[in-house]
Amino acid sequence: MQRWKILAVCGMGLGSSMILRMQAEKAAKVLGIDVDVELADIGSAAAQAAGADIILTSPALAGQLMHARALVIPITNYMNLNEMVEKLNNATQPPSDM
Amino acid sequence: MLPTEHIAVGVQAADWRAAVTAAGRLLERSGAVQPSYTAAMLRVVEELGPYIVLAPGLALPHAHPQDGVLRPCLAVVALDAPVNFGSPENDPVRVVIAFGAVDDTGHTAALAALAGALMEPGALDALMAARSVDEIQAVLLPARAPGAEEG
Repeated sequence: MQRWKILAVCGMGLGSSMILRMQAEKAAKVLGIDVDVELADIGSAAAQAAGADIILTSPALAGQLMHARALVIPITNYMNLNEMVEKLNNATQPPSDM
Repeated sequence: MLPTEHIAVGVQAADWRAAVTAAGRLLERSGAVQPSYTAAMLRVVEELGPYIVLAPGLALPHAHPQDGVLRPCLAVVALDAPVNFGSPENDPVRVVIAFGAVDDTGHTAALAALAGALMEPGALDALMAARSVDEIQAVLLPARAPGAEEG
């Protein structure tokens, strides 16, 4: 099974990124996918993003990460597991033809 | 981690700065942080934008441990009238939860407990509707008395 490398990014790498990791790990269980979530602050995110498949962050910070090769997913409501499940599902499933 | 002196309800704030400052003052007054920490929390939003607005109506301001945190702490301010932080998705903000960490990992359990409580279905709505210290604690303190779930 593919192990998705996820980087959770916030301003300092110690607060909201940890909440993103909690939700991403819960969502991974729901989706039955394997994830490895690391935390980064916005200053070092570019360097840490090199090996990541997906970057989770706030819409307010997403613009600063658009040069990363990883797929940047802005999370609007950090407390809503459904949003994380839906967005991670879209990012990790191959596109299907309806 | 969340003593009653770190909770204020019905707080009047003209703008996001006043709202963050109100939460910072609660931490200053109890000696959990130095005044420099409140200023640092304001600076973070000025520099990085409203990324601390994590959910509809909820902001979680914080700064670096070295900006003046004396002990790990949380403070909750429920505003009398909500204010905008500049977050198109989650404005206006009614509840501000400031936290201070003493290092990059020491606060993790408390913050995880807080986030876990807020992720419960209905918790965010209950927090937005809270108008008393008791109501805030009921939402945020995950250790509820046995048998109290149905209340």
